Amino acid sequence: MTEVTLIQAVNQALKVAMAKDPDVILLGEDIGVNGGVFRATDGLYKEFGEKRVLDTPLSENGIVGMAIGMALQGLKPVAEIQFMDFIYPAFDQIVSEAAKFRYRSGGEFPAHIVLRTPYGGGIKGGLYHSQSTEQLFTSTPGIKVVIPSTPADAKGLLLSAIFDEDPVLFMEPKRIYRTATGEVPAGDVRIPFGKARIAKEGSDVSVFAYGSMVPQTLQAANVVEKMGIHAEVVDLRTLVPLDVDAIVASVEKTGRAVIVHEAPKFSGFGAELSATISERCLYSLKAPVLRITGYDTPFPYALENLYLPSVDRIARGIERTATSA
Amino acid sequence: MSEVGDPSKETMLRGFRLMVLGRAADERGTNLQRQGRIGFYVPMNGQEAAQVGCGLALDAQDWILPAYRELGVALARGIPLKTLFDQFFGNSADLLKGRQMPCHYGYRDYRYITASSPIGTQIVLATGIAAASLYKGEKVVSVPFFGDGATSSSDFHAGMNFAGVYKAPVIFFLQNNGWAISLPREKQTRSPTLAEKAEAYGFPGVQVDGNDFAAVYKAVSQARARAVAGEGPTLIEALTFRMGPHSTSDDPTRYRKSEVVASWREKDPIDRLQSELIAKGWLDEAGAEKIHEEAKLEVQSAIDAAEKSPPPDPSTLFDDVFKEPTSLLEEQRREFLEMVSQGVLRP
Ligand SMILES: Cc1ncc(C[n+]2csc(CCOP(=O)(O)OP(=O)(O)O)c2C)c(N)n1
Ligand SMILES: [Mg+2]
Repeated sequence: MTEVTLIQAVNQALKVAMAKDPDVILLGEDIGVNGGVFRATDGLYKEFGEKRVLDTPLSENGIVGMAIGMALQGLKPVAEIQFMDFIYPAFDQIVSEAAKFRYRSGGEFPAHIVLRTPYGGGIKGGLYHSQSTEQLFTSTPGIKVVIPSTPADAKGLLLSAIFDEDPVLFMEPKRIYRTATGEVPAGDVRIPFGKARIAKEGSDVSVFAYGSMVPQTLQAANVVEKMGIHAEVVDLRTLVPLDVDAIVASVEKTGRAVIVHEAPKFSGFGAELSATISERCLYSLKAPVLRITGYDTPFPYALENLYLPSVDRIARGIERTATSA
Repeated sequence: MSEVGDPSKETMLRGFRLMVLGRAADERGTNLQRQGRIGFYVPMNGQEAAQVGCGLALDAQDWILPAYRELGVALARGIPLKTLFDQFFGNSADLLKGRQMPCHYGYRDYRYITASSPIGTQIVLATGIAAASLYKGEKVVSVPFFGDGATSSSDFHAGMNFAGVYKAPVIFFLQNNGWAISLPREKQTRSPTLAEKAEAYGFPGVQVDGNDFAAVYKAVSQARARAVAGEGPTLIEALTFRMGPHSTSDDPTRYRKSEVVASWREKDPIDRLQSELIAKGWLDEAGAEKIHEEAKLEVQSAIDAAEKSPPPDPSTLFDDVFKEPTSLLEEQRREFLEMVSQGVLRP
């Protein structure tokens, strides 16, 4: 096995799936000749041709609507939304069509699609190239939401997404596209949905994170480790379906919980996690659940580094939660 | 014989100066990004005549709704270079308070609406502004600027359709620069021209040579006269070419041939206007050279001034979410400033 970056792992998963199944079709803006603005589809146009890698006109509702239509006809389309910030023109197709097709047709017409999209801050992208709005989709029944944080997870989870018969929103942490590196298994090795990953074991406090906040949180855990605090870092991997058992097991073990995400705090996914913990583990808790998140403002440009949960901010939160009586 | 909408000698010379100034500022914008002094830049190189020609044909009271590539329009509107470079640096003097990526700006004093990034949204907003102008009885037009790619957006359809229905005074100013990032114009739509799309919405669409300053000026002047006379909107497709990358994040060699770019270099709008002015006897080589030199100095002094300002104050992060911050936001601001003062949060 060789080391690859997260974006190379995405590319590999697409390549493996396309080689295996001729029904896998890619579509999106600039994904063909250009290989995607982040190069996620680099080389695939050349290898699989223009019938399987479609450079679309500039229309996200067009892309998602096309993908759903293709799925109804038996294909397995994987659409790229160039930035998550540009997914909103397609919101109607995602929420009204993809997420409800199976239910409204009594299971007759599932929308077997994957929407891949780079999300999140840390690249000096300002308001419209930085947002994480997973909560808009996790609160929509009928669509799965997957967010990898390592190359191996990116590959294994994307392969699962492509062959999963439900619509999947696959959010890619663009900030760590090239900094997250690691070995990935060759071929079609899938990672099942709904299984969290213990990124670091610990006994004093549980820290839940996903996507680009996982490396930040691991660094913070190393900072507090030097103070003698053993934090357990749980990478949720898939928000829908959520691995409730892993969350409960960890909190029952440590009695303390911290949640980290980039998205704003108010009504963020952390609220769901916090509610889950209080509903299921209240009597194990020795301290209030803490959320470390983006602030409740639009995503800034110049002050981005102050906005995003930093290693120091996360470490401080973990320390306070671990030491509060 | 001059016709309705032909630019005067004064306008032609003014246009030339602005185009040269725009080119100089634009080249520095890209360089500043390459040097890591600003975070991002969107060059307009090649589109100067379309932008300045349109900008100068408008009245100061007309509303402008730019995308991210409209430096020439901003300069034609009279927005000072220093103001623009403050925005590119995202510093404390930036009137937008460092909130947006470079090239996404706007200023109420200039009736120049703050740009966003999502493609196409400003097109229907322009129709809304025009509807309000109609309602108020103001004889002004609104002008959304957008590209060939944006014609595939739903908001293009909505904006065009509504403008047709309400006979709104809008000039839909479409710069067909051949590309939407890597997608060539031919793959954006099967329609032979973009201008003809207007027909389906019930108003005229015209194609104009976007590298011909005078032609653009004239087409916009005529569309403006029509709009303020209550005759409704016009779509103008200015045919031009994006000489540079889509943005500083883009590598155009991946998707287009250098010969195509070279063929458009022959049609450079600044060279072309310069030759025209010289042929008319309105400018000589020495005069042109002086304009080019002055432009570079002007840009340099704007950059020097802008680079002096520090980043925005951290506490401004929480301003302007609402008119008054909610109590939860105030609480977040307090905790945040405490962490800044303790050094937990560092810029
Ligand atoms: C809704 C939306 N989708 C995708 C993007 C990413 N994007 C930015 S510019 C661009 C191409 C725009 O092309 P065009 O409208 O021709 O304008 P030009 O850049 O050529 O001036 C794309 C796809 C975006 N900003 N907004
Ligand atoms: Mg274009």
